[in-house]
Amino acid sequence: MKNVVVLGGGVGGTIVANLLARRLRREEAQVTLVDRDGKHVYQPAFLYVAFGGMDPRKVARDERRLLHRDVRLVLGEAERIDAERKEVHLADGRALAYDRLVIALGARLAPEELPGMEKAALHFYSLPAAMRMHDALERFPGGRIVVTVAGVPYKCPPAPAESACQLDYFFRRRGIRDRVDIHFLSPISRVFPLESVNPVVERLFAEHGIRSTVFFNVESIDPEAKTVNSLEGETIPYDLLVMVPPHRGAKVVEASGLGDRGGWLPVDRHTLRVKGHDDMLGLGDCTDLPVSKSGSAAHFQARVVADAILADLRGEAPATRYDGKVMCYFDAGYHKAMAMSFDYEHPPETPRLGLKAWIAKHLLNRAYWALVPTARV
Amino acid sequence: METAVKANVLIDARGSFCPGPLMELIRGIRQAALGETIEVWSTDQGSRKDIPFWVQKAGHELIGMFEGPDYARFVVRKRR
Repeated sequence: MKNVVVLGGGVGGTIVANLLARRLRREEAQVTLVDRDGKHVYQPAFLYVAFGGMDPRKVARDERRLLHRDVRLVLGEAERIDAERKEVHLADGRALAYDRLVIALGARLAPEELPGMEKAALHFYSLPAAMRMHDALERFPGGRIVVTVAGVPYKCPPAPAESACQLDYFFRRRGIRDRVDIHFLSPISRVFPLESVNPVVERLFAEHGIRSTVFFNVESIDPEAKTVNSLEGETIPYDLLVMVPPHRGAKVVEASGLGDRGGWLPVDRHTLRVKGHDDMLGLGDCTDLPVSKSGSAAHFQARVVADAILADLRGEAPATRYDGKVMCYFDAGYHKAMAMSFDYEHPPETPRLGLKAWIAKHLLNRAYWALVPTARV
Repeated sequence: METAVKANVLIDARGSFCPGPLMELIRGIRQAALGETIEVWSTDQGSRKDIPFWVQKAGHELIGMFEGPDYARFVVRKRR
């Protein structure tokens, strides 16, 4: 019997494991999923926690309950991948042999890469940080809020601009919007990464009095002076700093010599096989794919990875290729949102901002648990 | 589409609408050592304007911009 080992119980790893368990006969292969703590986290909820729109207790569920009964769940931290011997070594000394390895470990927050960041900045990229941000926003008496990213790449490229809109909406509801100056700093030439969507976001910023500066790539923070400095040579003051922390690839990928300089796993953009290792496949935020680091990308990639493994185990040619598909939402507040979808060949069309997409986004927030990790959609 | 330059790092950002080729280049520059070269492939029309502008603004050096039938290649040296 063959062994398929999946590292990571996030959206990508969970869907791959469930699809395989559903489609493989029991005597064909054992599917094992390794997860650090057995908790599956719905990360898009963090933004809502930061702005008080979601109960922090509702963002995570037991991974075991989301997995097909034939998937073996191993709790532990993968410490080293031995590509020669085809084994994964866990921190507690256990070793797992694999015929096919799936690496779906996500991105790692690395605030230590920007000195001063941990103390000076708020963010919504982990549950504790989102809860701290919510407290700080509730207490904020007014002043200048700077919203930016510490570096690239980072998860969910629209999220910083989305958070600027949410700040406007939050302080409008708190009744102190006139005392809050929101200043958005973008690392690239426009406020929104997607060119065809940028005019919509620029219009939103103009309507809601959100200022912006482009080509601002953070080089350092001066927590004493309360300024943020760019590598392009500008300095901007803040009273409250909202900054997406630096990201790196997965630790075990780096420790095993499989990552690039940022620790990102190099995978083929269509087959999702790890370059130079045909028996390993990578998906989601931990890879170097030139697509958004987002659950939706991992979701679409998971089907390709599961198809490839099934074909490998059965000696067939894989039937599907990843086409770069990503789908995402932007919640602008005021019960308005927009949905965007694109792939390697097709840029997104300019979306309509309105109630329909807002309802769809909020339905997804609720329906996620029943539909997505379980691979029903 | 031949260049005399062999870059230290190659980033294939073709088809990248989000985060996009400029963000991929910034990632490459941040991870590079001083003096190293980064080559970015882009199918995004906007890159022809964005990339040279940012490279100049951030104090790096655009060694070359090479137009092909399907995509453009940009070679940049990290200067600071």
